[in-house]
Amino acid sequence: MATLHATPLRLGGLSWLVPVRAALVSLVGAGVLFFLVAIDLAVGDFPIPVGDVVRTLFGGGDEGQRFVVMELRLPQTAVAVTVGASLGLAGALTQTLARNPLASPDILGVTDGAAFGAVLVIVVAGGSGYGGGLVSGQLQEIGLPIAAFIGALGTALLLYLLSWRRGLDMQRLVLVGIGLGATLTAATAYLLVNARIQDAASAQVWLSGSLSARGWEHGRPVLITLAVLVPLSLLLIRSLNAMLLGDDAARGLGVRLQLTQLGVLIAAVGLTSVAVAAVGPLEFVALVVPQVALRLCGASRPPILASMVAGAVLVVGADVITRAVLPFALPAGIVTAAVGAPYLIWLLVRANRRRTA
Amino acid sequence: MSTSISERPTVVAPSVRRGSVKVLGLLTFALVLVGLLSLALGSRYIPLGTVIDVLFHDDGSEAATIVHALRIPRTVLAITVGIALGVAGALMQGHTRNPLADPGLLGVEAGATCAVVIAIYSFGIDELSGYAWFALAGAGIASIAVFAIGSTRRGPDPVSLVLAGAAVSALLLAVTQAIVVRDADTLDSYRFWVVGSASGRSLDVFWQVLPFVLVGLLFAAMSTPGLNLLQLGDDVAASLGLTPWRQKALGIAAVMLLAGAAVAACGPIAFVGLVVPHVARRLGGVDYRWLIPYSALLGGLLVTGADIIGRLIVSPAELQVGIVMALIGGPAFVILVRRTRMVRI
Repeated sequence: MATLHATPLRLGGLSWLVPVRAALVSLVGAGVLFFLVAIDLAVGDFPIPVGDVVRTLFGGGDEGQRFVVMELRLPQTAVAVTVGASLGLAGALTQTLARNPLASPDILGVTDGAAFGAVLVIVVAGGSGYGGGLVSGQLQEIGLPIAAFIGALGTALLLYLLSWRRGLDMQRLVLVGIGLGATLTAATAYLLVNARIQDAASAQVWLSGSLSARGWEHGRPVLITLAVLVPLSLLLIRSLNAMLLGDDAARGLGVRLQLTQLGVLIAAVGLTSVAVAAVGPLEFVALVVPQVALRLCGASRPPILASMVAGAVLVVGADVITRAVLPFALPAGIVTAAVGAPYLIWLLVRANRRRTA
Repeated sequence: MSTSISERPTVVAPSVRRGSVKVLGLLTFALVLVGLLSLALGSRYIPLGTVIDVLFHDDGSEAATIVHALRIPRTVLAITVGIALGVAGALMQGHTRNPLADPGLLGVEAGATCAVVIAIYSFGIDELSGYAWFALAGAGIASIAVFAIGSTRRGPDPVSLVLAGAAVSALLLAVTQAIVVRDADTLDSYRFWVVGSASGRSLDVFWQVLPFVLVGLLFAAMSTPGLNLLQLGDDVAASLGLTPWRQKALGIAAVMLLAGAAVAACGPIAFVGLVVPHVARRLGGVDYRWLIPYSALLGGLLVTGADIIGRLIVSPAELQVGIVMALIGGPAFVILVRRTRMVRI
C-alpha cells in the first residue's frame, strides 16, 4: 500500500483511479483548515468563543458577534484562505509542468514584476516620493494592488513572447523567466536604494507580504480567479500526468502539448498575480507548499488539491500566529516562512533518515 | 538486402561544442584588459599609460593615489568575486544536476545576510571589514546546516539539497526581514549592503577572503574530473570507480567556501553564479574540465565589467555592481537564451 498511492475503483462498466492517500491528506487538511479558520475568526481585541464563531458562520449568533465575525474578521480570513490556496495551486502547476521542484511562479519572474510595479507606485508616486504627493492616500491604496497586478501580468506576457520560438520549451521559459526576474529585482533594488528611507520602509513592509487590514475588495478578485482557474486546472490533470513521462511520450499519448502548456501557464500566472496583488509576495508559499504536499501524499508529482489545502492552512495559520501569538506586529509573509520552512526541513530530515536506515 | 545494410546512411554528427585553449587564452586576455580598464576608468579618467607607470612605481602623485588606494582594491575584489561565483555556480549546477541551481541556494547568501543584519542591529557594527567576518560565519553555519539536512548517509542528495537550501534560506530571510521591517536604522545600512558592491572596500577585505577562495578553488579543481562521471548518475559513477559521496562533499564544500567568500567581500551579488555557467556551456560545451575554467574567467569578466559600467553611467555618482549586472545582464541573458539552442545538462 505504501507504494501504491491510487486504488482502482470500479462501478459497472466505469473504472477510475482514486488517489486514496492524497484524498485522505486533503480531507484531514480541510478539517485542520476549518479549525484554523474558526480560531482566526475567534481571536482579536474582542474574543469570541470558537463555538459561537461556528454558530455565527452558519447563521446563528447575536448581532454584535455577527458584526465582528462577518464584517470585521471574515474578509481578512477569506483573503488568507484564498491566497494560500491560489499560491499552492500555482506552485503545484508550475513545478509539475517544468518537472523541477525549484520552478515556482516566483522564479518565473511574475512575482518580481508585481513587486516592481508596487514599489514603483510607493517610491515614485508616494506621498514623500519624487511625485511629491501626486498620488497619495486613497488613490495609492487602490493603486497598489492594481500596479502589482499590471506588473505581474506584463511580466508574464513578456515572458511568453520572449520564450516563444517555434513552440515553447520549458527550460527556455524558465531561463528567460530568471533573466526577466533578475532584471526586475535589480530595478526594484535601484528604486529602494534611491528612495527616501520612509518610502523604502513602507516598500519593505509590502515586499514582506502582509495580510493586515485586508477586506473584500482584496478578497473578491482572488475568489473569482480561483472559481475560474481551479476547474481549468482540474481539466488539465490528465494531460499533466502524461507530460510527467516526457514531452515525446505525452505527445504519443495524444496530449496537445502547446495547448496544455499554455493552459497551465495561464492558470499559474493568473493565480499568482491576483494573489500577489492582494497581499504582496508571499514568495515562500508557492515554492514549498507543493513539496510539502508531495511528501505528505507520497505522490509522483505535486498533488493539485492537497497543495491548495496545504497552502490555505499555512497562510491562515500564519495569520492566526501573527494576530494571536506574537506580541508585536509582523508581516504575514515572514511568519509563513518561519512556520513553513522548519516543517519542510523536518520532512526532509525524516525522509533522509528513512532512506539510510 | 545485404547491400543495403552495408550502405548505411551517412550520419552527420551534430557539431559538439568543445572547449579550446585558444578561447581560454582569449578570455584570459580579455580579463586582463578589463582589469586594466577598471584601473583607468572612473569619475576621473587616467590614461592607460599612466596607469601602468604608477602601478609599479608609486610616485605619490594624485593618479598613483587614486589607482593604489581606490581602484586596485575594487578591481582585485571584483575579479576575485567574479571568479569565485562563476566556479561556484558551475559546481552547484553540476552537483545538483539542476540548471536552476545557483550558489545562493545553499543558504550561503541568506546566512551571510542574516548575520550582517544581526551585526548591524545587535552589535552596532557599521564598517565593511566587520561585516565580512559576520558574513563568513553566517554563510558557513547556514551552508553546513543545509548540507546536513540535504544529505543521506550516501552523501548529498540533489533534490533534498536544493529544497533544504530553499527552506533554510527562507527561514533566515524571515529573520532578516523581521529585524529590518521593525528597525529603520538597520534597514538604512542593510539596503546598501544587500545590493552588492565592490566599492569602498580596502585591500584588507581582499586578504581576509583570499584564503577561503584559494582553498575553494583547490577543492573545485579536485572535484571537477569526477563531476563529468557524476552526470551519469551515482550508480554508474560508482561502478566506474568513483566514490560519489566523497566527490559531492568536496564539490559542495568548494561552493560554500567560494560563495561564502564572495558574499563576505562584496555582499550578495545574485545572478552571476546562475547565469555564467549557462554562457560558459554555450562557449565550451558540457565537459566540466573546460566548463569550470570558462566559468571562472567569464565570472571575473562579468563582475568587473559591470563594476566599470556602474561607475560610468551615472558619473560622478555610482550604481552598485549587483544592480548594474542584473539590469544589463538580465536582458542580455534573455537574448542569449532566445538566440541559441539550449544545451541540456
